[in-house]
Amino acid sequence: MITAFFHKLSSPKYFYGIAGRWIPWLGGACLLLTLAGLYQGLVVAPTDYQQGESYRIIYIHVPAAWMSLFIYMVMAGAGAIGLIWRIKLAEVIAISSAPIGASFTFLALITGSLWGKPMWGAWWVWDARLTSELLLLFLYLGVIALYNAVEDKRTASRAAAILAIVGVVNIPIIHYSVEWWNTLHQGPTVTKFDAPSIDIRMLIPLLIMAVAFKLYYVTVLLMRARCEVLERERNSKWAQALVTGK
Amino acid sequence: MSHSSLTQAFGLLLKRDLVLALRRRAEMVNPLLFFVLITSLFPLGFGADTSLLRAAGPGLIWVAALLAALLSLEGMFRSDFEDGTLEQILLSAHPVSVLVLAKVLAHWLVTGLPLILVAPLLGVLLALPTQAIEVLLLTLLLGTPVLSLIGAVGVGLTVGLRRGGVILSLLVLPLYVPVLIFASDAVATAAAGIPITAQLYILGAMLVLALSLAPLATAASLKISLS
Repeated sequence: MITAFFHKLSSPKYFYGIAGRWIPWLGGACLLLTLAGLYQGLVVAPTDYQQGESYRIIYIHVPAAWMSLFIYMVMAGAGAIGLIWRIKLAEVIAISSAPIGASFTFLALITGSLWGKPMWGAWWVWDARLTSELLLLFLYLGVIALYNAVEDKRTASRAAAILAIVGVVNIPIIHYSVEWWNTLHQGPTVTKFDAPSIDIRMLIPLLIMAVAFKLYYVTVLLMRARCEVLERERNSKWAQALVTGK
Repeated sequence: MSHSSLTQAFGLLLKRDLVLALRRRAEMVNPLLFFVLITSLFPLGFGADTSLLRAAGPGLIWVAALLAALLSLEGMFRSDFEDGTLEQILLSAHPVSVLVLAKVLAHWLVTGLPLILVAPLLGVLLALPTQAIEVLLLTLLLGTPVLSLIGAVGVGLTVGLRRGGVILSLLVLPLYVPVLIFASDAVATAAAGIPITAQLYILGAMLVLALSLAPLATAASLKISLS
C-alpha cells in the first residue's frame, strides 16, 4: 500500500500534481509557525543576562545552521538513491535542494557574522564552526557549479550526486580538523546529552523556528522540483498538454 | 592484455603512464617550477624578516604544494580521455578502481614525489629549522598521495568538460583542507620542538581512508563522465 503510493509518487507526472496540491498547505503552515516563532522569540522570550537582546538572532542563525547540514544530508541521500535505483525524481530532489541549502548556509554565515560583531568584536573570526560552515558553502557551490557545467542534465545530476556523497564522507573530517585547529565559538547549548543548558522559554521559540524552517525548505523544494520536472519532461505528452492547456 | 592477471594489468598501466610521463619531461617540470616560484614569491610580498618567514613557512609551503598539486591534476586523465584509452580501461575485465589506482600512483610518482625532493630547498629558503624540514618531508610523503587520490575524483568528474579547470579547483580545494591543517600544523609544531605523533597518525589515517575509498569514487565518476 505504502510502497505503491511511493511508486506512484516517484513518477514525475503524479509528483507534479501532488506537489502542487501540497504546496499551499505546507507554505501556510510555514508562515503561521514563522510568525508564532518570531513573536515568541522576539517578544515573549526573556532577555539573556549576559548577551542582552542581541542573542535573539539565534532564532534565525541556529535553525539556518541546522538546515545547512540537514539539507546537505538530504541532497547526498537523494543523490545516492538516484544513483542506485535510477529514480528520476530522486535526482530532481537532490539537485533542487542544492541552492536552498547554499542559501541557508549563507544565511547562517551572515547572521553569525552580525552576531559576532557585538559579541566577539569582529565581523569575521577564524572560528572553527564559522570556518567549517564556510567550507560547507564551498561544497554546495561546487555541487551547483558541476551540475551547471555538464550539458546533459541526467549525467549532470549523477556527477553532482557523486560529489555530494564524497562531501558527506569529508564533512565530519573537515569539521573536526577545523575544530581542532581553532575554536572560539560557544559550545552547543541545545544538543548536549544531559538537560539542555538553555532556558525553556528560549528553547520553545527556537524549536518552533526550526520546524518553520523545515517546512520552508519542503515548500520551496517542491516548487523547485516541480519546475525541474517540467523542464526535464518537456518532451513528454503530459507536460506539453499541461503547458499548452490542451 | 585479454588474459593478463590483475597484477599484470596494474603493472603494465603503471609502466605505460611512467614511460609517457618521462617522454614529456617538460610537463612534469612545470608544476615543480610553479611550486618553487610561488614559495619564493611570498617573502617578496611581505618582507624578508626571518622570524616572520619561519612562523609562516610551514603554511606557505603547504599552500604552494596544494596549488602545485591542483595544477598538475588536470593532466591525470586528459590525454587518455582524448585518445580513447580511458574507454578501453573502463571496458576491461578488471575492476576499474584498481586500474585507476595504478594511474593515480603513476601520477603521484611524477608530480608528488618531485615536490618532496625540492621541499628541503624551500624549507631552507624560508629559514625553517632542520627538525622542521625533516617533518615537512614526512608530511609531504603522507599528504601528497592524499591530494592525488582526492584530486582524481574531481578530475574524473570534470574530465569531459571543456572548461573543467576552474570547476576542478572549486570541487577539490575544500576537500584538501584537513590535509593542509594537520600537515602545516605538524611542521609548525616540530619547529617549536614539540612531539608531532598525533598529527602524523591523523595524516596516516587520512591516507588509508583516501586509498581505500577514493579509487571507488573515481571509477564511478569516470563511468558517469564517459556515459
